[in-house]
Amino acid sequence: MNNENNILVEVKDLKTHFPIKAGVLSKTVGHVKAVDGVSFSIPAGKTLGLVGESGCGKTTVGRTMIRLIQPTEGSFTFDGKDVFSLPPDKMKELRQDIQMMFQDPYGSLNPRMTVEGIIGEAMKVHKYASGKERRNRVADLMRKVGLSPEHLNRYPHEFSGGQRQRIGIARALALDPKFIICDEPVSALDVSIQSQIINLMQDLQEQFNLTYLFVAHDLAVVEHISDFVAVMYLGRIVEYADRDELYANPKHPYTSALLSAIPEPDPSRQKQRIPLGGEVPSPSNPPSGCPFHPRCPMAEEQCRHQTQTLSPKGDSDQHQAACWKVK
Amino acid sequence: MTQNGDNLLSIQNLSTHFYTEQGLVKAVQDVSFDIPLGKTLAVVGESGCGKSVTALSVMRLIPWPPGKIVAGSITFDDESLREASESRMRHIRGNDIAMIFQEPMTSLNPVFTVGNQIVEAVKLHQKKSGREAWDIAVDMMRKVGIADPERRVTEYPHQMSGGMRQRVMIAMALCCGPKLLIADEPTTALDVTIQAQIMELLRDLQQKENMSIMLITHDLGVVAESADDVVVMYASRVVETAKAGDLFENPLHPYTQGLLKSLPRLGEKKERLDVIAGTVPNPLHFPSGCKFHPRCPIGKDKKQCQTQEPLLLEVSTGRCVSCWFAEGHEEAFKRQGTNDESI
Repeated sequence: MNNENNILVEVKDLKTHFPIKAGVLSKTVGHVKAVDGVSFSIPAGKTLGLVGESGCGKTTVGRTMIRLIQPTEGSFTFDGKDVFSLPPDKMKELRQDIQMMFQDPYGSLNPRMTVEGIIGEAMKVHKYASGKERRNRVADLMRKVGLSPEHLNRYPHEFSGGQRQRIGIARALALDPKFIICDEPVSALDVSIQSQIINLMQDLQEQFNLTYLFVAHDLAVVEHISDFVAVMYLGRIVEYADRDELYANPKHPYTSALLSAIPEPDPSRQKQRIPLGGEVPSPSNPPSGCPFHPRCPMAEEQCRHQTQTLSPKGDSDQHQAACWKVK
Repeated sequence: MTQNGDNLLSIQNLSTHFYTEQGLVKAVQDVSFDIPLGKTLAVVGESGCGKSVTALSVMRLIPWPPGKIVAGSITFDDESLREASESRMRHIRGNDIAMIFQEPMTSLNPVFTVGNQIVEAVKLHQKKSGREAWDIAVDMMRKVGIADPERRVTEYPHQMSGGMRQRVMIAMALCCGPKLLIADEPTTALDVTIQAQIMELLRDLQQKENMSIMLITHDLGVVAESADDVVVMYASRVVETAKAGDLFENPLHPYTQGLLKSLPRLGEKKERLDVIAGTVPNPLHFPSGCKFHPRCPIGKDKKQCQTQEPLLLEVSTGRCVSCWFAEGHEEAFKRQGTNDESI
């Protein structure tokens, strides 16, 4: 582990471009720049919330990090190892430490496998435990995530959405990982179940000193669970700060608009809404200059031409935003 | 709640059951509420609580078999919808009552242009020539805030984004000037900034056309912003009805209280979120007594809650709750008892 400031995860200038193919010969005619230069780091035991609207590339960041999608450029250093240049056998080893949780508790569990099979599969593949030991460990994991171990032999369809998400969590924990990439883990769940899962994730983080990358679109959930927050727009991070700072003092106009768009469950607290016209542009043909300028309420001529990079705002260099107009 | 002349839609004791192979599913039981003219009523609840089935019952779109409205009355504009003939219902649907759905992807036909689909709705209900209907379509698209409508009417659904498709759905629903719009989770599939645009649009159109809206949602934030009245449903029954302001200020039913407490809110610093324990019950095996009792912090161990289903009673003007231990419920129960005797 990098002992200087305990950074476990460090992503530098990550780019993931998908080629657009057309014609009989499938010639590449362009690129969808799903992720276009993303950098962040997460200290061990902390949570980084990655928020943005659909199509901004937040899910692709997570998937590229565990090399489910090949990166185009950039580096990802995990625990001192350069993940993107590892040979396959080393990569397999590393996957024990990095696990993933998915959004859809219905689609992400194999309907033909029992719960024991689902949770135990990774242990089998990685020869982590076998026989009775594996069974005991599965039962143990089920207890930890609040499922009853008697249900070991049941199939996913016998469980409710919230319980399935717990199975997904148990599966992610099976190999004692250090880092979990959570891709919208609560957005498909009912309101009363969401809070149960969030609490569970926080308990487990404390218990096992887990590091989370929490990808979500719900800013209220992200505020609750994260230590640091990065806001993405069209493949780039437009603002990064620690949680309290970002929510109290948003700098980038996109973050402010996003925060103001959330309906508050309290009719007496009517807030001033910053209207955002239009929609997220296509990442295959992003606008020139600052990608947010066609929707930005404070855009000027200069925004059309000048690309924006993250730079420190306010007094701390921990708060960064990609907008030249804010100080 | 009392019936009065201002109510556009009035539902009394509606029950809808599904006769499935696994058994009888009582999806909606004894649901009553009114929607006044020009107001928005929100029906809130988690998945499987019966909110969508209530809406489909109003439209008489429950497929038989397996589903059936088994009891209750639905009065729309002084007309009983339960007794209306199928041809009369076809006239009402789309014309007087329109519906928009959650999934703008799947509720539009992918092989026709959006203009075609709006024109179809117009022609079905109004005696218009093709040219006139097309003009109405372009006009509606402009009204719902689609830029360059002349060009976009000739586009197919796949050429549009989710927010645009939802606007097309709204245009289609409103092209015949309905009196009641049923919006079933209209913004759930959309991003927050687009959600804000769509809700704003609905509020705008409602004011202009003096339309009533039945808003079905699970998002309490959306409810707080748009609804005048709120109906909270849990496991096929209404557990609480109130004016939106009252509900958020002072929720009476333990389920409503739990829901409001469990929401993470912006700017609120909490170490842990409050939770409602347990899971939403399976409609095939609802618990006995009060359906919320296994998850309820008050009623979990109380005999009365385990065995007796509480009645939905009016505890103050416009405010009903069904919980034995909610504020005012006991008095209301006694009052009701004496009323029954006097009759």
